[in-house]
Amino acid sequence: MSVSDLAIPLLLCFVGAYGAARRVDVYAALTKGAEEGLGVLLRVLPSLVALLTAVYMFRASGAMDCLAALLAPLLAALGIPPETAPLLLIRPISGTGALAVGSELMERCGADSYVGRVAAVMLGSSETTFYTAAVYCGAAGVTRTRHTIPAALFADGVMFVLSAFAVRMVFGT
Amino acid sequence: MAMTWLWTGMVSLSLLFGAATGNLGALGGAALDGARSAVELCVTMAGVMCLWTGVMEVMERSGLSGLLARAFRPLLRRLMPRASRDPETLAAVSANLSANMLGLGNAATPLGIRAARLMARGGNGTASDDLCLFVVLNTASIQLFPTTVAGVRAALGAAEPFDILPAVWLASGVAVAAGAGMARLLARVWRERP
Repeated sequence: MSVSDLAIPLLLCFVGAYGAARRVDVYAALTKGAEEGLGVLLRVLPSLVALLTAVYMFRASGAMDCLAALLAPLLAALGIPPETAPLLLIRPISGTGALAVGSELMERCGADSYVGRVAAVMLGSSETTFYTAAVYCGAAGVTRTRHTIPAALFADGVMFVLSAFAVRMVFGT
Repeated sequence: MAMTWLWTGMVSLSLLFGAATGNLGALGGAALDGARSAVELCVTMAGVMCLWTGVMEVMERSGLSGLLARAFRPLLRRLMPRASRDPETLAAVSANLSANMLGLGNAATPLGIRAARLMARGGNGTASDDLCLFVVLNTASIQLFPTTVAGVRAALGAAEPFDILPAVWLASGVAVAAGAGMARLLARVWRERP
C-alpha cells in the first residue's frame, strides 16, 4: 500500500468532515454535483461520437501514421513521443477533439504505458486555448487581443514538452 | 464553423489516404468502431466523473474554494498591479482562478467573464496587460484534479487513474509560469498605447 492508495479515501473523508463541520448538507451537495457531472457527459457525448468516428477513420487510413512520421524529427528533438503528434495539433482548437484523440492513444498504447500517460498529462494540463481566449475576449468586447494568443500558445508548447519530461521523471519510460 | 472544416477535412483526408495506402476497406469498420467506442467511453467514465464533480461541489459549498481564492490575492496583487486596485475585479479574478483549480468549470466561466469585463472597461476594445495575462492564466490550465482525464484512464483500465497527478501539476505549473512570463515579456513589445 502506498501513499497514493490512501489519497482518495483521505480526501473523501476530509471533504466530507470539513463540509459537515461547516453545516453543509454534504450528501445533497455530493449528489447535486454528480448530477452536474452527468450533464457534462451528456453534452460531450454527441461531439465525442462525431469526432471519434473521424479519428478512427483517420488512423485506419494510415493518415495518422503519416502525420506522426512527418513531425517525428521535431518531436524527438523536444523529447515528445511522436505518437502524440495529432494530439498536439488538436489540443488548442477543440477540447472534445483532444479528448477523442487522447483516449484513442490511451486505448491503443495502454492507459499505463509511457505514451498513454503522456497523452493523459497533456490533456489534464491544458485548456482549449482558442476557445477560452474567444469566450473571455468576446464577452469583454475586446477585439485587439495583442499578445494574448502568442503567449498562450507558448505556454501550450512548454506544457507539451514538460508533459513528456514529467512522465519520464515520475514513472521512468 | 471551425469544427465543420476540421471534421470534414479529417474524413476526406482519411478517404484520400486510404485510397493511396490501400486501407480503404478498413474505413467503414473503423467509423462504426469509433462511434461505438465514444459511447462506451462515456458510460465507463461516468462513475468516476460524477463522483468527482460531486466532491468538488461539496468543496465549493463548504467554502474550501473561497479559502483558496483568498490565498491567491497577495500573488495577484503583484501579477496584476493595476486590475487589483479595484477590489471587485480582484475578487472576481481570484474566485475564477480558484474555481479553475478545483475544476469547477461551470462556476469558473461566469466569474472569468465578469473579471474580463471589469478589466476591459475603458480599453476601447484593446486588451490591457492585465487582461492579456488573465486570459493566458485561463488558457493554461491549473486544475488540481483533472477529473475527465482520470475518468478516461479508469475506463481504459489504468491501475491508478490519479497516479498522473504529480506529472500534471509539474507540467501545468511550469506552463502557467512560462505563459505569464511570456505575457509580461511580450507586453513590452506590443505596447498598450501605440
